Amino acid sequence: MTIKHHIGDDLVLAYASGELDEATSLLVATHMALCPHCRQALELAESIGGTLIEEEAEAEIADGELEAIFGRIEHTKDSATPAPVPERVRRGAYVLPQPLRDYADGDVDGLRWRSLGGGVRHLPIDTGASRAKARLLYIPPASKVPDHGHRGLELTLVLAGSFYDDGAWFRRGDVEEADATVEHQPVAGPEEACICLAVTDAPLRFRSLIPRLAQPFLGI
Amino acid sequence: MGMKTSNVIRLASMRSGFSRAGILAELGQAEMTEAEDSSARSSELDEMSAHLVAVAQEQDREAFAALFRYFAPRLKSYFRRYGEGDGRTDEVMQETFAAIWTKARQFDPSRASASTWIYTIARNQRIDAFRRERRPQFDPNDPAFVPENVPGGEISLTHRERAEHVSEAMAELSDEQREVLRLAFFEEEPHEAIARRLGLPIGTVKSRIRLAYGHLRTRLSKTAGGLL
Repeated sequence: MTIKHHIGDDLVLAYASGELDEATSLLVATHMALCPHCRQALELAESIGGTLIEEEAEAEIADGELEAIFGRIEHTKDSATPAPVPERVRRGAYVLPQPLRDYADGDVDGLRWRSLGGGVRHLPIDTGASRAKARLLYIPPASKVPDHGHRGLELTLVLAGSFYDDGAWFRRGDVEEADATVEHQPVAGPEEACICLAVTDAPLRFRSLIPRLAQPFLGI
Repeated sequence: MGMKTSNVIRLASMRSGFSRAGILAELGQAEMTEAEDSSARSSELDEMSAHLVAVAQEQDREAFAALFRYFAPRLKSYFRRYGEGDGRTDEVMQETFAAIWTKARQFDPSRASASTWIYTIARNQRIDAFRRERRPQFDPNDPAFVPENVPGGEISLTHRERAEHVSEAMAELSDEQREVLRLAFFEEEPHEAIARRLGLPIGTVKSRIRLAYGHLRTRLSKTAGGLL
């Protein structure tokens, strides 16, 4: 599997700085689980954070602060949990990687899809107070993806099957990014149903924080 | 951190009345100072990394105290950006250092610098404390997780090397560029708010951020042989 369509540097930076909303973070984290390339970009973005921490002003620390921390460590010593035992499951056994599988409350086979008509199904994902909305979409082979009517930024991550849109194929791990001005009509590939995570109405605020660059700089 | 070369040149030209020889002499000195600075800084950071390993392997309290002395004053400034005045800054600080103690074994010095690793711990703690929304993360132990050593996942530079390139490139930014980069990266403030705070026109803020990221990109693509 080779991912061709990655997430933009602005999203990587916003995720690294911790200011990305929950729904968009869910999509970014799920893409990262499938994409070593973008995890590499994330490490670079986090090392920007590390360097900025080194350069932070040095605030005054009250006496006894370190002792208080040692006290707390003593207190929690016994509750240190052993490292989790990796699940003994065949690689590739899951369609939904973590953290999405937890959010969806299981893998694709057990999902309670809701019909949108024409064989298309969806499942809203609860992402708390996040203004952006996340949902899983199920598109039968060769069917059109319904118009989501998004206002802000729309991100679509393919998890199974494929879709074709605007001259390009999107397969497992690929992310399509579209803003409200883009009129598009993705069509699922003919081989199998397409399952994807769509995040709509992502706030465009982070767009102004971290400018879109003419060329990427984190390696993607 | 030492003075930026550009500032030193500016100072040098003022002091030596723009004499070329004077500037070059001062510049030679400045370069040496900067090289000394950067090697002092990198040995300080290697030390921090060694302290973190000592905490992980031997529960070394002296090493932990050294990490605290270096990072606590800086992290306090970082947390204040998000929770100034709500009284929980000290609480988050304690949570963060308790997490550094208990999670130290997860630190891998070949992957990240101590400051980057500690940054990610502090970031997660402050999101838990100050934000209503969660920040989902991938799980490297998940069977569906795609590791690096699969086709399409090759990397050519070590993690540490790449992190060092970022660090070096950041050091080359002007103080002004770093200031806006810090505000844009750390704070949930749009450009307009940054501009108001710094008393600068919005266009200046935007162009500084653009220049800062542009420099990082150019520098990274040069040093990393086109991969980055």
